[in-house]
Amino acid sequence: MTPEPLLQIRDLHASFVSYRGLARVLNGVNLTVGRGEKVGLVGETGCGKSLTMRAVLGLLQPPRARVRGEIWFAGRNLLALPSRELEQIRGREIAMIFQDPMAALNPVFTIGDQLLDVIARHPKGRPSATEAWERALAILREVALSDPERVMRAYPVQLSGGMRQRVLIAMALVNEPALVIADEPGTALDVTIQEQILLLMRSLVDAKGLSVLLITHNLGVVRALTDRVYVMYAGSIAETAPTADLFRTPKHPYTQGLLASVPKLSGEGVPRGIEGMIPDYLAPPPGCRFAPRCPFAQPRCQQPPPWVTVDTDHQVACVLYDAAPAPRLP
Amino acid sequence: MNAVAVAPAREHLRRTWYAFSRNGGSVVGLGIVVAIVLLTTFAPWLTPFPRHARAFTDFEHAGLPPGRPYALGTDTIGRDIFTRVVFGYRFSLLLGVVVLTAAVPTGVLLGLLAGYYRGWPETVIMRITDIFLSIPPLALALAIMAVLQPNLQNAMLAVSAMWWPWYTRLVYGLVSSLRTEGYVQAAQIVGASPAHILLREILPNCLPAVLTKMTLDMAFVILIGSSLSFLGLGVQPPDPDLGTMVADGAKYMPDLWWISVFPGLAILVVVLGFSLLGDGLRDVFGVEV
Amino acid sequence: MRYSTFLIQRVLLSVLVLLGLSILIFMIARVIPGDPARIALGPLASRSQIEALRAQMHLDEPLYVQYAYYLAGLLRGDFGESLYTHRAVAIDLRDLFPATLELVFYSGLLMVVIGVPLGIVAAVWRDRWVDHTVRLVSLAGVVTPAFVWAIVLMLVFAYALGVLPVAGRLSPGLVPPSAATGTVTLDALLAGNLRAYLDFLRHLILPSVSLSLAGVAQAARLTRASMVDVAGRPYIEAARAFGISESRIALKYMLKPSMIPTVTILGLDFAALLGNAFLVESVFAWPGIARYGVEVILRKDLNAIVAVVMIMGLFFVVINFCIDMLVGYLDPRIRLRQMEDAA
Repeated sequence: MTPEPLLQIRDLHASFVSYRGLARVLNGVNLTVGRGEKVGLVGETGCGKSLTMRAVLGLLQPPRARVRGEIWFAGRNLLALPSRELEQIRGREIAMIFQDPMAALNPVFTIGDQLLDVIARHPKGRPSATEAWERALAILREVALSDPERVMRAYPVQLSGGMRQRVLIAMALVNEPALVIADEPGTALDVTIQEQILLLMRSLVDAKGLSVLLITHNLGVVRALTDRVYVMYAGSIAETAPTADLFRTPKHPYTQGLLASVPKLSGEGVPRGIEGMIPDYLAPPPGCRFAPRCPFAQPRCQQPPPWVTVDTDHQVACVLYDAAPAPRLP
Repeated sequence: MNAVAVAPAREHLRRTWYAFSRNGGSVVGLGIVVAIVLLTTFAPWLTPFPRHARAFTDFEHAGLPPGRPYALGTDTIGRDIFTRVVFGYRFSLLLGVVVLTAAVPTGVLLGLLAGYYRGWPETVIMRITDIFLSIPPLALALAIMAVLQPNLQNAMLAVSAMWWPWYTRLVYGLVSSLRTEGYVQAAQIVGASPAHILLREILPNCLPAVLTKMTLDMAFVILIGSSLSFLGLGVQPPDPDLGTMVADGAKYMPDLWWISVFPGLAILVVVLGFSLLGDGLRDVFGVEV
Repeated sequence: MRYSTFLIQRVLLSVLVLLGLSILIFMIARVIPGDPARIALGPLASRSQIEALRAQMHLDEPLYVQYAYYLAGLLRGDFGESLYTHRAVAIDLRDLFPATLELVFYSGLLMVVIGVPLGIVAAVWRDRWVDHTVRLVSLAGVVTPAFVWAIVLMLVFAYALGVLPVAGRLSPGLVPPSAATGTVTLDALLAGNLRAYLDFLRHLILPSVSLSLAGVAQAARLTRASMVDVAGRPYIEAARAFGISESRIALKYMLKPSMIPTVTILGLDFAALLGNAFLVESVFAWPGIARYGVEVILRKDLNAIVAVVMIMGLFFVVINFCIDMLVGYLDPRIRLRQMEDAA
């Protein structure tokens, strides 16, 4: 069952100019989100997850950032669109739920002011003032904010972190986008509130049948919320599989290390970490970027790793599985 | 990252220079400041008519427009403007250095005390600082000049009196945030004396901001000083001062325009130099002042 | 209700600052220079004359009583008599201060209506040629003293090009029919004398431009720096991700937060215009308080000095108060915190 693709990222590269040279962070990212599919993108901090999502929304601006590749969304290549047309897509067709609810709301405007600005951009045209107000109250109720009228008049400082995160979800969903990109929602909050937020997101997304790209470093969240997972390491995709498969039979040495580093609830065994750290993007290792940390590294890893299909819908970028040459994904 | 480990000093220097020179203006500023310092230090050898720096008359060559040998022309009593501008810089720099060496230690010390000791020292010092800050600077300088004789020393005194509160406020803000840092609390726990904590732990961390502000303030002190001289309340004739020279020339506008225009431009150049240099330092240290 | 508490707090703070200033000036004017009676009467006065004046000026009483008399005088607007003009200082001020205030007002206006938009334009087109031009021009503005601008502009526009008047406030023979307020703007407009007002504006251009250039430049720099800083905040990226248009982001989501630090410093710059007016007035022979201020300082005319400094301080305090109000309006965090503190 492969749904029709909604978002397709092909060979995405992104680099940045810094005082020591060019940092090549994204190194050929390939990723697909199907219609109605919930996809997770996991990796360590600094692996390029957030950059990927910024690239999708066209938030990486030259001259500092250099981006190339293709990002196809509903039949259009977003990287080739003029900024005005991209503006039309943001917030309407693709919406974003930000990581830090403390920082993502403008401190000097009321919630109502900011939410109504988003509602005014509804793809079916700007609603009347009363209509917009009603819609705002309705969406705030949907994200389970108990006193929406008070929230509308409040400034961000007057709300708790959890309430602000709900407001940000409301702002993302109010214009009924086709795709929601969620960047580590709730990580800035304490664990119980984070769980409430995630449950809320799941129920809203399921009810509305939205496609989701969930960006996180938390494997538990991925397991609970997604159908399919992409594992990212140092700017490219290491492995992808349906969520259950990936947790059952991780293939890439990096994925295996990642899973082994999660403590078990039962308390059995000692979590193992992965030796070393993410490579220097200014001088990344040639070939497989994980090779310097990989216990199975071999001379062939000096070449770019092959993209091997190991099972239905399960692919991995690693020479270890290259015994039978598999067809390469574009 | 490897580079840091291999050659920390050179890497640090390279990084510093990159941050400093990324904004081309900083390099220009550094050039201007170095040039002016050299020019004033060796003024007697670098100027064509060092005797024109003070009282001197040569009516035969009075009011000459720019040309040879008077590059910037002569004033109404025949003195070379270029020579007097260079010597005028001496007073500008002197004013800046003296004012800052008087105002900065005072302000920094008060800021350290107010930021470190909460309670009444904080209240008293910061209220007094607020009052000083709420007086328009020129008004305070004028009030002080009012009871004293107008001359260079008193101008320096007046400007110093209005300058220290800015440093108190700057350092107070820095200390308020630094005192909750781990290393400061660790020092307190092991029983280090307040003097040690303030001078050895906290002060070094305030220095980048203070140094940057001092550089920027050189520009403003020179500006204020020249303003006081322009009003006749600073350096007195026959000593050359840029502000005084502008004021003198203003009486002979527009015919002898060079008498005031060149000293005016000279003020602009020195102020520009220190501002650009200060901006560069701010980028290097990454401080807000 | 709560906002009024915030307001009252600010008023009290302003009063405190003025009291502090009055003490400072009292010390400078009455305590440091020795015997004011002797200074007032000169070295030739007889002992009994001095004694009489000392009694009249309450100098034979303790210092705090002297301060009380002095403060009472200030509150009544009674600054005593000027040794320079031999008139009540209050009358001198009434004649001279409006012209200065008018010049400062127009300069402040230029600072805001030209400087802030320049800063916005530079920030929006950051690192393009507009930005570089604005930055270069504003750098020149900031580093050049007002009196140098005055002389250069006068040389170019009044002498070389001859398009603007050299000095003064009105052309000879043009006197506004009444002198009700002492400001040409109000007097001429109240009397419907448009010709006088236009003539005044022509005279105003050079002084107000010279006076405000540093402020215009500073406003542009601050606005730009602050907008650029705000542009990097997550909430701006969030607004962009929600599809808010670039123009709305610049003029609403970036502008308001970035005005908070800008307004505070612009307020100080506005207040500093009064000090710099001294420099510009003397170049353009503007009939304001500058000449008087310098003369009374050179003549050690203490009553007049106190008055001049106090009025500058008052202006400063009033401006700061307005700025506090404006920042409170712009920044709900400050307003809410103050209200919480007050509650």
